[in-house]
Amino acid sequence: MTEADRRPNPEELLRRVQADEQRERRGRLKVFLGYASRVGKSFRMFDEGRRRKERGQDVVVGAVQRDITPDIAAILERLDVVPTVTERHAGKEYEVLDVASLFRRHPQVVLIDGLANANPPGSRNPQRWQDVQEMLDRGISVITALNVQHIREKQDEVECITGKRAAYSVPLDFLREADEVEVVDAPPDVLLNRSGPGASDDARRLAELRELALLLAADVVDGQLQQYLDAHGVPTLWAAQERILVCLTPRSNAEDMLRSGRRNAERFHGTLLAAYVEQGELGTHDRERLDANLALARDMGATVHCLKGTDFVSTLVEFARAQRITQIFIGHAQGARGPIDRLIDAAEDFDVRIFPQRKTG
Amino acid sequence: MSGRLKIYLGYAAGVGKTYRMLEEAQAAKEQGVDIVIAYFEPHGRKQTIAKTEGLEMIPRRTLQYAGTSFQEMDIDAVLRRRPAVAVVDEFAHTNVPGSERVKRWEDVRVLLDAGIDVWTSMNVQHLESLNDQIWHATGVRVRETVPDWVVDEADEVVMIDLTTRALRNRLERGVIYAQEKAQRAMDNFFTEANLSALREMALRHTAHEVEEKLVPAPQEAASPAAGTERILLCLTGRPSSAVLIRRGKRVADYLRADCLAIHVVADGEESPEMRSAVDRHLRFARNLRIEAHVIESGDVPRAITEFARARGVTQIFMGRSAPRPWWQRFRENIVQQVVRQARDMQITIVAEHRR
Repeated sequence: MTEADRRPNPEELLRRVQADEQRERRGRLKVFLGYASRVGKSFRMFDEGRRRKERGQDVVVGAVQRDITPDIAAILERLDVVPTVTERHAGKEYEVLDVASLFRRHPQVVLIDGLANANPPGSRNPQRWQDVQEMLDRGISVITALNVQHIREKQDEVECITGKRAAYSVPLDFLREADEVEVVDAPPDVLLNRSGPGASDDARRLAELRELALLLAADVVDGQLQQYLDAHGVPTLWAAQERILVCLTPRSNAEDMLRSGRRNAERFHGTLLAAYVEQGELGTHDRERLDANLALARDMGATVHCLKGTDFVSTLVEFARAQRITQIFIGHAQGARGPIDRLIDAAEDFDVRIFPQRKTG
Repeated sequence: MSGRLKIYLGYAAGVGKTYRMLEEAQAAKEQGVDIVIAYFEPHGRKQTIAKTEGLEMIPRRTLQYAGTSFQEMDIDAVLRRRPAVAVVDEFAHTNVPGSERVKRWEDVRVLLDAGIDVWTSMNVQHLESLNDQIWHATGVRVRETVPDWVVDEADEVVMIDLTTRALRNRLERGVIYAQEKAQRAMDNFFTEANLSALREMALRHTAHEVEEKLVPAPQEAASPAAGTERILLCLTGRPSSAVLIRRGKRVADYLRADCLAIHVVADGEESPEMRSAVDRHLRFARNLRIEAHVIESGDVPRAITEFARARGVTQIFMGRSAPRPWWQRFRENIVQQVVRQARDMQITIVAEHRR
């Protein structure tokens, strides 16, 4: 990719301006993300509402959870509340946002707890997060609280950890598109008030959920940072996250490199990529070996890129820069060392890790 | 029994580390915990200062240095008082010359050894292993650092999060610094891009600490693949060796690999300047708890590969070779020779970022 490719064209600019305008009319969404109930998300949300009100914003409470701690109750006394409506359907009780009253009241900010709640069949929206989106569309800002086990795309992972699956969920895109996401972190011991058998299992489960929430927030921040940098035309040559590129050739010892790449990416919670630089036609045997290597890379969870370029080293280096690569894995040269020496010379922004070739290679 | 260490980790000044720490100290006191403030840095922040009300504060010690007086934590007074928990602000602080210990984190270890629990605060940019990454991302070279093992040994690391927008709002409102300084901060270090990058690093690092503290699952502990990796760092007197040490140690920590370092003295070739630079790097490595060796040999690449083989090293970390005049370029440099001789090992040539 050249400099010119990176510069936005007029249509792209217009699209951005329109998106910005739409964003300005929309309410702002802020999400407090936690890894378990009782870490203090709700308190942080209502406390922010209180501070905003003290600074003169028109703040209204749209939903509270069933069990309120005394510190939250104290804050609620100082805020306007539009209570939820209790609806019964097929023997079940639902707490539903009073959307009509909230729209009539049209405050600047609504505080909504229990974002993952569902509405009863026949409601204007099946789920509460969709009610929230409607509010945002109408220019009302929303502050809400969410638990990692309620994020749809994370539910498989959560189920692996806890053995349980929450009935209702919110799509990850809802979180990604939020204007602000803040993590509410606390050591798990405040949530563990029992000892004896099972306590260490609980501690382990909570720690795993906590790690999941922190990494999810890191990914959201990374996405927002990338958007910001793209929008302001700032090139980034660094990554806050490890990004490992395995360089494949027909003759390379792909399995060891990919396995190591996988392990490194997992340990660093980073990303694994694999690339092949196409240089002319390959013989049938080499083609087959390369295809097998590329298939293996995909199996290992790498995103695979086939690069075209006349010069192996400069093609690879350019791709690595554009992809903010932090480590390149490459096999020991079997014949001439030229390319590896040149790669080392050209690689200022990433580590070059050279792997042994198997004798059978 | 040693005291427990709890670290409140943030990503910039003003995210609320001290505030949260004091808030929890108030709650602990209410529950009857014998908790005192051993060191507090008010920075003129009213809301934070208000949170100290009612908490016992150990007076600081005044030290004279270069005609100015400095206030430091009075360790002896804290030890005499012997609380259950001591609150110590600014973990990464460097003590004024003439203090018993160079760093505050060393003072904190004295308290822990005496069986006192410590709650402390620091920002992610003070982590030694992130120093180069942070310089690369923000352009700021952080001088006050804490070795990673000190943080790894903490019993708890809690992320104090705040969105970058909320932080910049606080700056604008003059909550963190006086107005003029706040504007300068917004234009320089506290840019949206810098803050987001730091925040992401803090989130990832806290996740890493959580993972490190997890009791290993039974099947993982039994796996023979874990713990067999061993990394060797090749140190020289070149400035890039500091980058090499930080990077190599970080990779070793994440991979749970052993980490060794070696410097090969080529027969009588070292100038006094080079010698003192090498000594600095060896000291630095040892401070990070890396076992560092010095070997004399006329054949540097051979000495490195032989040492690596003898010690069961799986991966050699090297810096890039120094640029050489053109008439020497037809000869292999040291990196090239090691790469050729150690074909059975992984060799990593560490990036040398420029800004």
